[in-house]
Amino acid sequence: MQDFYNIDSLLSEEEIAVRDSVRRFVDDNVLPIIGECYVEGRFPREIVPGLAELGVFGANLPEEYGCAGLNNVAYGLIMQELERGDSGVRSFASVQGALVMYPIYAFGSEEQKRHYLPKMASGEIIGCFGLTEPDFGSNPAGMITMAREQSDGSWVINGAKMWITNGSTAQAAIVWAKTNDDKDQRSIRGFIVPTNTKGFRSKDQKGKLSLRASDTSELVLEDVRVPKDALLPKSGGLKSPLMCLTQARYGISWGALGAAIACFEEASSYAKTRIMFDRPIGGFQLQQLRLAEMLTEIVKGQLLCVQLGRLKDRGDFTPQQVSLAKRNNVHIATDIAREARRLLGANGILAEYSAMRHMANLESVYTYEGTHDVHTLVLGQAVTGLNAFGA
Amino acid sequence: MKIAVCIKRVPDMESRFRISSDGKVVDETGLKFDMSDFDGYAVEVALQITEKLGQGEVVVVSLGPDAVQEALRKALSMGAARAIHLKADRVPSDGFAIARALASELKSGGFDLIMFGKHAMDTMSGVVGPMTAELLGLPNVSAVSKLDVVQGRGTARRELEGAAEIVEFPLPAVVSIDEGIARPRYPSLKGIMAAKKKPLESKPAQLDAPRLEVTKTELPPDRQGGRIIGEGAAAVPELVRLLQTEAKVL
Repeated sequence: MQDFYNIDSLLSEEEIAVRDSVRRFVDDNVLPIIGECYVEGRFPREIVPGLAELGVFGANLPEEYGCAGLNNVAYGLIMQELERGDSGVRSFASVQGALVMYPIYAFGSEEQKRHYLPKMASGEIIGCFGLTEPDFGSNPAGMITMAREQSDGSWVINGAKMWITNGSTAQAAIVWAKTNDDKDQRSIRGFIVPTNTKGFRSKDQKGKLSLRASDTSELVLEDVRVPKDALLPKSGGLKSPLMCLTQARYGISWGALGAAIACFEEASSYAKTRIMFDRPIGGFQLQQLRLAEMLTEIVKGQLLCVQLGRLKDRGDFTPQQVSLAKRNNVHIATDIAREARRLLGANGILAEYSAMRHMANLESVYTYEGTHDVHTLVLGQAVTGLNAFGA
Repeated sequence: MKIAVCIKRVPDMESRFRISSDGKVVDETGLKFDMSDFDGYAVEVALQITEKLGQGEVVVVSLGPDAVQEALRKALSMGAARAIHLKADRVPSDGFAIARALASELKSGGFDLIMFGKHAMDTMSGVVGPMTAELLGLPNVSAVSKLDVVQGRGTARRELEGAAEIVEFPLPAVVSIDEGIARPRYPSLKGIMAAKKKPLESKPAQLDAPRLEVTKTELPPDRQGGRIIGEGAAAVPELVRLLQTEAKVL
């Protein structure tokens, strides 16, 4: 889309080059197949080697672990371009980078980092992140998955996880479990669990009407025994998985804009060519209002993200700032997708166009990684100092 | 194996073009630029040759204002080892002036192969490669669709209308690259970061006064609306007559 506010002037030459390279990859490899994948309910695994070669996975982690060592604005632009393709494709990369590679980088031992990170950057090992449980979504502290340390130092894990992106694709799962009673502030620990371990099962979640081009699974862990060195040694307490989610939410703030841009581009091009009452529908004031609103919200969202990325690069961003960006950008993207769908009239319900696919996807994005409502309460608490969560 | 690839920065051909107020050139405001398509193929082929041989160096060269460094950086991020920017206020419209400047830079470089795109996407003159070859006294093969280099000799394939020819030549040589030969790789994210640290030498281009200049540039006339001749079989004779006499396409 047209760079209406010259936001490119806020970006470095490398950041623009990164964005443009991923953009071209998505144009060539994702857009031609994604509508069909969505209808078939299939994650396009065939694009994973190409994404890995490009260097998308864990792109903001250091080069010494086989990653690209990009800054956070460049990383965000990657997420934007991937989600311009599809939220499912961006989700895959978010999980691999922010929810699997990041915790290994942040909480893992040097051996774990050297073993896993290069193989994950190259796509040789795909990961998933098991925090959410069937009865504990917005309240992860209530989780019932337990890991019990054995006399030989190994761990036995029992529990179930739900809504796990990449769950059936992954070779390794980062599983969060309690290791003690709730009085222990550090009870919740992370484990790297190979998915072929005895007692580990994953089951595709059927019947999704959103994120259909993404693998969403249920994980069941029944007496899963992992060695001592499966534990992420520096993890401890709910803060650890929440730190991962802050990383992922940062990427989502950018990603949602990608979906919005795709919808805006489709709607504006359709408005200029679709003739009704002998003129392009873009000449009608109602459609112009739609397009003007879309453009305005995308520009605002981009400015928000660039500043958030700069703060993150300086190391002084807060989870509350990420909440604001995730909440705003996903919200405006859902609205933009719906308005684009409406502008497209009957054609808007077809998989041939992207608006309804994005619209349905964004309902998941609205709900995952901290629901819109929970982020509202985070901001409410930031403003008032009063906690509106729970009882 | 030392390969030079001469590249040009051109506007994105999907752009909506406007003519500048003096009527001579394209108005560049708001245009996006990139490496010319054929030059991208040439960079890819050069990289593949050095990768296959397991040794060698690809050097990219571009003439023009500072903005051409963007195209050079892109080639570096694809894998070229270093870049030379021949600085000029603008790219002259006289291909011979460009060829002289390139030849004066390349003659002492010790290159085994000098590569160009078949033509630049904006001017489409296709003369700079052959002229540079002539100035350097080197063999030249144009519009190459396949290229092999073995032990100091090159073999190139050229597509003709309904046929192809295979050309052999000794190195050093100059070749220009046709489309379809290789798909340019995506600059990888690591490649983009590495490109920042690669040498990019900028120096004034040795440009003579141009001997030709573009006096006017114009856009094609707006397409006229279609005309309905009639309906059904009865309209065919009149349609054929108009296609012959008016549109002159039959």
